[in-house]
Amino acid sequence: MAAEHHSPLEQFKVKCLAFCGDGGQLQAFSFTNASLFMVLSALCAVLLMVYGMRQRELVPGRLQSVAELSYEFVANMVRENVGPNGRQYFPFIFTLFIFVLMANMLGMVPYSFTVTSHIIVTFALAITVFLGVTVVAIARNGIHFFTHFMPAGVPMWLAPIIVPIEIISYLSRPISLSLRLCANMLAGHTTLKVFAGFVASMIGMGGVLSASGILPLIMVTALTALEFLIAFLQAYVFAILTCLYLAEAVNMEHH
Amino acid sequence: MPQLETATFLPQLVWLLITFALLYVLMAKVALPRVAEVVDGRRKRLEQDLEEAARLKRETEKAIADYEQALATARAKAQAIAGETRARISAEQAATKAKLEAEIAERTKAAEASILAAKQQALSQLKSVAAEAASEVVARISGTAPGNDAVSTAVDQALAKRSA
Repeated sequence: MAAEHHSPLEQFKVKCLAFCGDGGQLQAFSFTNASLFMVLSALCAVLLMVYGMRQRELVPGRLQSVAELSYEFVANMVRENVGPNGRQYFPFIFTLFIFVLMANMLGMVPYSFTVTSHIIVTFALAITVFLGVTVVAIARNGIHFFTHFMPAGVPMWLAPIIVPIEIISYLSRPISLSLRLCANMLAGHTTLKVFAGFVASMIGMGGVLSASGILPLIMVTALTALEFLIAFLQAYVFAILTCLYLAEAVNMEHH
Repeated sequence: MPQLETATFLPQLVWLLITFALLYVLMAKVALPRVAEVVDGRRKRLEQDLEEAARLKRETEKAIADYEQALATARAKAQAIAGETRARISAEQAATKAKLEAEIAERTKAAEASILAAKQQALSQLKSVAAEAASEVVARISGTAPGNDAVSTAVDQALAKRSA
């Protein structure tokens, strides 16, 4: 099964590394390559934010600058999109951003595993955001929260159409949030793998054709740069959408 | 597609919960307060430094104003002293000049008086010398000495004629 072995989807395979059940069956606490990269993502975040800030210098060094920059970036995002009511949710949004960013960036390392390319992971994060935001919205606005599904100024006879549309759009938030991140990672890494495969097979053709292997190589290089951009951008999008949902919940207008 | 293998879901969720929860606690309790402390500390320090600089600037401006004030006062004082001195010296000079002029006038008057006295004396002596000489001449010529009254009258007449 050589062809399957070189499948571009091979990189997404979850393999058990420790605490495996009998016969390789995965158990609840089985430590897989996915678990390993989750731990590594968290470790990188801790390395940056705790080790990087260890000297608390007035004039920051390189690592401390990056740590402060990340802090200011997310803090500004929360301040501008949620406002003063969002301060208490800042640690969660920051953790979300830095975890997704580190997972995406670690995924760019060759032979590594991309945690965020698995729908179950991104969906778990998205549903946490969705449930959290809904709980906050109901806690702050009570019964008034449900006016969200019936925007002010809409004529009553439109309610049978508007209300289901609003409910569906609200419920589809965690799906779009998780799919966007997962699909971006999945598609990007698969494309990279496919083009990298072209380089190998074109060189393998022999003779003059071997030289044409440079073309997909250029493509892979350009795509890699693009993927780094996407890795950052998707972490940013995930965080800012969370901010926007949260802003709705905490700044709901009372009529 | 490995993403759809449901057997991998549970361990992924379990480890996501473990890592994400630990990361959240570390960020919320350790990392973020520390960054906030450093960033706020820097902002406070900058504000303090700027305030200090503004204060020093105000002090400098005040010192410059004080200095200029003192300079103006000193200049005015110096001018006053110079004017006073000038007035005093010219008054002294005027007094000295007046005194000298008065002395000169007095001396001139005295000199004129002494000249007049000398002239009078010379004139009176001239009269006696002339009378003597005239009586001598008359005695030689006539052989007899004239009377003193006659000679004196004649000299007086002659002198009056001359001065006329």
